[in-house]
Amino acid sequence: MSAVLDHLPEFWEGLLVTLQLTAASFAGAAAVGLVITAMRVSPVGVLRAIGTAYVETFQNLPLLVLLVLAVFGLPEIGIKAGLLTTAVVVIALYEAAYIAEALRSGVNAVSAGQGEAARALGLSFGQSLRHVVLPQALRTVIQPLGNVFIALTMNTSLAAAVGVVDLTAAANRVNLAEAQPIPIFVGAGLAYALIAACAGFVTGRLERRLGMVR
Amino acid sequence: MSNLLFDEPGPRARRRIRIATVAGTVAVLALLALAVRQFAANGQLDAARWQPYATWPMWRYLLSGLWSTALAAVVSAALAMAAGLALAMGRLSRRRWVRLPAAAYVEAVRTIPALLLVYVVLFALPRYGLDLPLFWKLTVPLAVSNAAAFAEIFRAGILSVERGQGEAGLAVGLTPGQTMRMIVLPQAARRVLPSIVSQSVGLLKDTSLGFVVSYAELLYSGKVLATYNGLLIQTYIVVALIYLVVNASLSKLARVLEARRPGVRPPRRRFARV
Repeated sequence: MSAVLDHLPEFWEGLLVTLQLTAASFAGAAAVGLVITAMRVSPVGVLRAIGTAYVETFQNLPLLVLLVLAVFGLPEIGIKAGLLTTAVVVIALYEAAYIAEALRSGVNAVSAGQGEAARALGLSFGQSLRHVVLPQALRTVIQPLGNVFIALTMNTSLAAAVGVVDLTAAANRVNLAEAQPIPIFVGAGLAYALIAACAGFVTGRLERRLGMVR
Repeated sequence: MSNLLFDEPGPRARRRIRIATVAGTVAVLALLALAVRQFAANGQLDAARWQPYATWPMWRYLLSGLWSTALAAVVSAALAMAAGLALAMGRLSRRRWVRLPAAAYVEAVRTIPALLLVYVVLFALPRYGLDLPLFWKLTVPLAVSNAAAFAEIFRAGILSVERGQGEAGLAVGLTPGQTMRMIVLPQAARRVLPSIVSQSVGLLKDTSLGFVVSYAELLYSGKVLATYNGLLIQTYIVVALIYLVVNASLSKLARVLEARRPGVRPPRRRFARV
């Protein structure tokens, strides 16, 4: 136990990095995912194709491959960014595909009459998406989005494999110094479980307040 | 195609669609041009830097990596499915002392990153005298973490089989075990097949953690190759393309399986496929 207590500052730093990675990449993923969803339900064939290609590509590539490609490959073509920034961008782009997929299932769950009514009132594509369809779609996918958030939190640990010192990397470092694996890894696991539990709690509350049952 | 958000376009809408089509195409082309320019400006487009990937030895090396990836994926999928099935049955058991531990396992593992499990197997277990061979250092943590996901898939499948099926089995005198094995499970398995295939795609993606374990699967082979020939971005792009082709084919298979069973709604998933 003392191994964990002696190294609390390291754990704390790692936890902060993990939280930063999670928050920043979820925000980015939500924004990109929203745009991709809008493209995939638009009347423009080319945009739909781009959206589908995006989702297919990112869902079928391992995140670690993308991270390695971005961290070690991109500097070769003159794109140099900080390690943390690179990790955030890559995780955001990757998870955006999953958010887009969740959102699209929500859009499909909105009944056709809603879209027709919006058009009958003279709303444009963007307006009916923003004011009528998306608010309803979002309410049906709170739980799936929560699951994506939890998975994203777990996936941020992959940044440790390319050198970001997050919670996983911190635990590994402390273990290399102290050689007391059980308390250290259990502690790190508990920290992740705590984040996931908070996310689960929040989505549960949101679902009860906003959720729609069809 | 859902026609939720638009009708048959009139003349004005058609004009707008044309404009958006051109804008979208131009944006994609601009992005591609930018990428090519970056590659060219840094000398990464030179034929000499791509030439190696037109030769057989390079591909033989990468394909042997792909073979190791497949091997690790199949073995850990088999382990994870067996454990997942046991956990699913455990969670549906009438006995509390079976149900609770199974539920606790599934809920706990869902919130532990696979990489942390890999680190445990890499650095913690050897300290307690359990130093697994390289192959198992990758497959065991993957099986442990994917077992929970498979358990939820199987559980959803079992629950999606109509109650009457199990009741009929019991009514004709089968034991609960026989009913599960001969009546409920075969139907559940058929329903969850698409989910199983797409979860296996996720597992195949997870095998890229071999990069950390230094087990010579596809990504680690790419790393070795890139260190050897110094062609970083080229190698990783080729590796990414191989993953893309393999996983996209598997995902396609999942969709074909799903489309082949009209009328049966797939059970709802609790795990995000990520």
